[in-house]
Amino acid sequence: MVGLVLVAGFLVLAIVGPLLTADPAAQDYTAPLAPPSGAHLLGTDDLGRDALARVAYGARVSLEAGVLSVLLAMVVGVPIGLVAGYYRRLLDPVVMRLVDVVLAFPFLIFAVGMAAILGPSLRNVIIALSVSLLPGIVRVTRGEVLVLRELDYVAAAVADGAGDGRIMFRYVLPGATSTLIVQATVGIPTAIIGEATLSFLGLGVQPPTPSWGVVLTAAQQFLDQAPWLAIWPGVMIALSTLGFNLLGDGLRDVLDPRSSR
Amino acid sequence: MALFILRRLGAAAIVLFLGSVLVFLGVRALPGDPARVLGGEDATPSAIAAIRHDYGFDRPLPVQYAQWAGKAVTGDFGRSTQDKLPVGHILTERLPVTIELSLLAMLVAVAVGVTAGIVAATRRGRLADYVATGFGLVGLSVPHFWLGILGILLFSAKLHWLPASGYLPFTGDPVGNLERMLMPALVLGTGFAAVLMRQTRSAMLESLSADYVRTARSKGLPERSVVGVHALRNSLTTVVTVLGLQLGALISGAVVTEQIFVIPGFGKLTVDAVATRNYPVIQAVVLVTVAGYIGVNLLVDIAYALLNPRVRLTGVANG
Repeated sequence: MVGLVLVAGFLVLAIVGPLLTADPAAQDYTAPLAPPSGAHLLGTDDLGRDALARVAYGARVSLEAGVLSVLLAMVVGVPIGLVAGYYRRLLDPVVMRLVDVVLAFPFLIFAVGMAAILGPSLRNVIIALSVSLLPGIVRVTRGEVLVLRELDYVAAAVADGAGDGRIMFRYVLPGATSTLIVQATVGIPTAIIGEATLSFLGLGVQPPTPSWGVVLTAAQQFLDQAPWLAIWPGVMIALSTLGFNLLGDGLRDVLDPRSSR
Repeated sequence: MALFILRRLGAAAIVLFLGSVLVFLGVRALPGDPARVLGGEDATPSAIAAIRHDYGFDRPLPVQYAQWAGKAVTGDFGRSTQDKLPVGHILTERLPVTIELSLLAMLVAVAVGVTAGIVAATRRGRLADYVATGFGLVGLSVPHFWLGILGILLFSAKLHWLPASGYLPFTGDPVGNLERMLMPALVLGTGFAAVLMRQTRSAMLESLSADYVRTARSKGLPERSVVGVHALRNSLTTVVTVLGLQLGALISGAVVTEQIFVIPGFGKLTVDAVATRNYPVIQAVVLVTVAGYIGVNLLVDIAYALLNPRVRLTGVANG
């Protein structure tokens, strides 16, 4: 429940926030590093840009990175897992070895390597994160398919003469939906932190686009003069991640009672 | 058991081989002449010619790979494009720093996480449990780099207790070294401690409700030894597994932590290399990280199989 509220708050901030706040790129030369005040509720950064506007706009960047990279990973990963689990003699060993290879790269090292090859930008962060999320999704889908394909109603569909494609998408995949929804919800916070981290390291979203990671990198340089700049982006990352984690836990309990303890 | 180890070793070798192919191809996927990429932007024509000769870029890809991998195995990763030092030399300088940071962070995580997990499990449903569980959840959601910034803000900028950044070698100045490593280790250890706390808690809850614990209690053993000896020992396999599973997160976390606290370790080397497009260094750090990661996971697998015979039986049957 708390998770749902936090996620809803995050969505509202990402969608409506930038409409209500100041232009995140507008510079007020008269007030650089101004403390929070009526004019600038969260103060301003070193270029006199409104910190609140940048936090609100950062939510949009985070949402985009979080949702799109998970979506991309699902679009690619679910069919791969489905096919691997279904043709488990033929394809499964090959696919699983490839998954092991990607899993042999620590998450951030892989994303950093991808960023090195592709170059830093939001689009490339999304690609790097989705490739990093891919193995998990392939594994979960495949695991579900291995169980589902042995069920009686699938055997009935086979006896009825349904083709492989029809069985996979009409009979097996719907059974895996709830698990996949949980997996996607849990993937979003990973991607949000991933984007913020890459951007913080200078390997993701580039300034002046106000990603939370970018804002924090800048804030670290002015910790002595303007500590308030470092607080809110971090609080927002923590709250949105916490929200999605709680939502994921909650969804798991509701949709997938077998796995709950 | 020998069969199990052999199988695991074989699987690890295959994964390492494919992973190294990926690293090898990564640099070649970049646009432009790979010799120019590896030489750096300011490389002289003769330096580029030397690289071309060393790596045999005019030969077929498999031959190139064999040549590159052969050199890598002996620790020859070429020269850094920035300072022209041998990459192998840079690695041996940076690696101990990161290993120290990681070990300290693990120490923090085990001390805090396991203790909190035991306390939460033995006081289930009471205040201590809620506090520990709450912190566990928050610890999972807070990114390392923000925690690091907050730490600097509080302990360095406000209280002046600890230096904000920098590094001193342990051999030269042990106190100064630990003073500078304390905050990074705490920052890196927190996320870990959260995971360990959650896992220890649920493992302890499971073993506390097991029959053998009930037997131990009914024998009249004091609660201290029921929890400390009987229940905890069986939960420790979980801790070992989690440590293994979290190794990747530890490496990723070290990259970020070193960046914040300006610690000249492996992670900072990685980020700096990507920022300066220093491809020989990128290749080397990714390859060494992956090899280390696979190696430690192999050890964890074997340790786990030694602790729990069921694992090696099912492992052989399925694998």
